[in-house]
Amino acid sequence: MKILVCITHVPDTTSRISFTNGDTEFDKSGVQYIIGPYDDYALARAVELKEQSGGTITVLNVGTAETEPTIRKALAIGADEAIRVNAEPTDSLFVANEIANVAKDAGYDLILMGRESIDFNGGMVHGMVGELLGLPSVSPVMTLDLDGDTAKMTREIEGGKETIEVKLPFVAGCQEPIAEWKIPNMRGIMSARTKPLNVVEPSSQAAATKLEKYEMPPAKGEVKMIDADNVEELVNLLKNEAKVI
Amino acid sequence: MSILVFVENADGQVKKTSLEAVAYAAAISEDVIALAMGNNIDQSELEGLGKYGATKVLHADDEKLNQGIIQAYATVISKAMESTGADILVLANSSLGAPVSARVAIKTDASLVSNVVDLPDTSAGFKVKRSIYTGKAFANVELTKDKKILAIKKNAAEVKEADGSAAVEKFAADLADSEFDAKITNTDKATGEVLLPEAEIVVSGGRGLKGPENWGMIEELAKELGAATGCSKPVSDMEWRPHHEHVGQTGVKVSPQLYIAIGISGAIQHLAGVNSSKNIVVINKDPEAPFFKAADYGIVGDAFEVVPKLTEAIRAAK
Ligand SMILES: Cc1cc2nc3c(=O)[nH]c(=O)nc-3n(C[C@H](O)[C@H](O)[C@H](O)COP(=O)(O)OP(=O)(O)OC[C@H]3O[C@@H](n4cnc5c(N)ncnc54)[C@H](O)[C@@H]3O)c2cc1C
Ligand SMILES: Nc1ncnc2c1ncn2[C@@H]1O[C@H](COP(=O)(O)O)[C@@H](O)[C@H]1O
Repeated sequence: MKILVCITHVPDTTSRISFTNGDTEFDKSGVQYIIGPYDDYALARAVELKEQSGGTITVLNVGTAETEPTIRKALAIGADEAIRVNAEPTDSLFVANEIANVAKDAGYDLILMGRESIDFNGGMVHGMVGELLGLPSVSPVMTLDLDGDTAKMTREIEGGKETIEVKLPFVAGCQEPIAEWKIPNMRGIMSARTKPLNVVEPSSQAAATKLEKYEMPPAKGEVKMIDADNVEELVNLLKNEAKVI
Repeated sequence: MSILVFVENADGQVKKTSLEAVAYAAAISEDVIALAMGNNIDQSELEGLGKYGATKVLHADDEKLNQGIIQAYATVISKAMESTGADILVLANSSLGAPVSARVAIKTDASLVSNVVDLPDTSAGFKVKRSIYTGKAFANVELTKDKKILAIKKNAAEVKEADGSAAVEKFAADLADSEFDAKITNTDKATGEVLLPEAEIVVSGGRGLKGPENWGMIEELAKELGAATGCSKPVSDMEWRPHHEHVGQTGVKVSPQLYIAIGISGAIQHLAGVNSSKNIVVINKDPEAPFFKAADYGIVGDAFEVVPKLTEAIRAAK
């Protein structure tokens, strides 16, 4: 069983977001980077599947050299080898083309991704890769179990879930509760240093969008505090000031 | 300039988020063609799309499309774009719309932007504003290809109802069996409830509520307001509430008119899912709870006392 897990290198979820250079660049100063939380779920499930039925896990990131500590962390969690496509990921089409290019003749049985990246929140790359490779794509996937060459999944829909069956290979965008996040142990961290991390050059420059400018939301006004014994005042404000009830 | 709008339905009714998509398209163009799937949608619902700005409705009424099969839907939409000559596709950024649009973008060689929050700026090129960093910021992006796909976030356009009726035409899309390789074998969905991602009011509870047995008062308040119920991540992790109610960074992102947070501390990852709410009310017994900084209205108090009183006061004010 060969599993490909595509991971992003993104600011920690507690990061303060700000921009520089006339609001055209993300301000990286003081920001901690992590494996995307959804990608971390995908990786954790891949490690569990490997424990059950053997095989290899390849992690893939499209990014510049600064993503390597994040890739090493994925190796420490349990991936066997890594590929980094050496390019700044400009948009989802660009990333999808690079992932499809790596995967197209490599014979992966399963391509796992996160449901979305937490910087761009596109939720698009898995569907694009599925289409580019002519494979089914399913997202957001909450559970994934294998029975021979068939996968049984649940996919979250508004107000519930649906059960999906599909034959391997296919692409899935994962979210909780597919697996619990795994924390690398000491042995994993040691072995990650010597696992192969291959750097390949990008195959195309196929972006379909162009960033013009970032923007911060308007600052929030002061909170109005209401006495706990006076809930009628809250009802009054919601009715006559906010006009929402 | 004709625009195609993919319209989803639930229980035979057009979804509210899809009405917003039709309204969005109608705000840009007078030539709005809606596309609906499956034979379990009411004809009157389809004609009624005219009231929201659709000039024509294509109905792919193949029974096999009653279920939301991502690949098959992408193919039907791509074929409809081709046959209508539509250069723009608008759809709701829903659990079905999003994965479908990604495939359509490849099939039609289109620029795709998801989480769009506003109407496009076409003064120079074609630009839209999208939400990024889970609602903490926005990006203005240009769509550089001839064909464009916009997956819109809730509230990106205002739904206005006017007189009008759309002509409905059948749309036959020959679909290969391979389009149905991913099979939906079961659907398990709450019925009759207000759906969280579409709700105008959300009442959400956190770990401060102590246990699932205390959700009765949350449900009662929600019922009084016609609201959907939500929760924080630990609450769904501990299975006090179903997973699809989990709001935040790793859960549902909501943008209601009113979000009421009860016994939720306001961790940054929770705020990431609610920061596009128009108004936020926080009820928490700890005056230092970080959520108050993100709130419009706050009450410091014990939820077990405040919530029943609030429900009562709302009932009395009706
Ligand atoms: C990568 C990552 C992603 C995450 N994603 C999410 C996410 O999507 N959504 C999410 O919610 N969290 C998420 N979290 C978890 C988040 O950091 C917090 O742990 C979580 O939001 C806390 O939930 P809570 O506010 O319900 O519980 P607590 O932090 O325990 O807060 C309980 C609150 O209830 C109050 N309280 C207690 N008793 C009462 C009472 N009787 N009346 C009134 N108030 C009372 C307390 O004062 C306290 O403020 C994520 C964390 C990480 C690391
Ligand atoms: N630069 C990247 N390198 C590798 N995988 C990526 C990259 N960007 C996105 N992905 C994968 O695609 C998923 C969806 O990303 P997105 O469409 O950007 O929200 C992510 O959760 C990752 O699994």
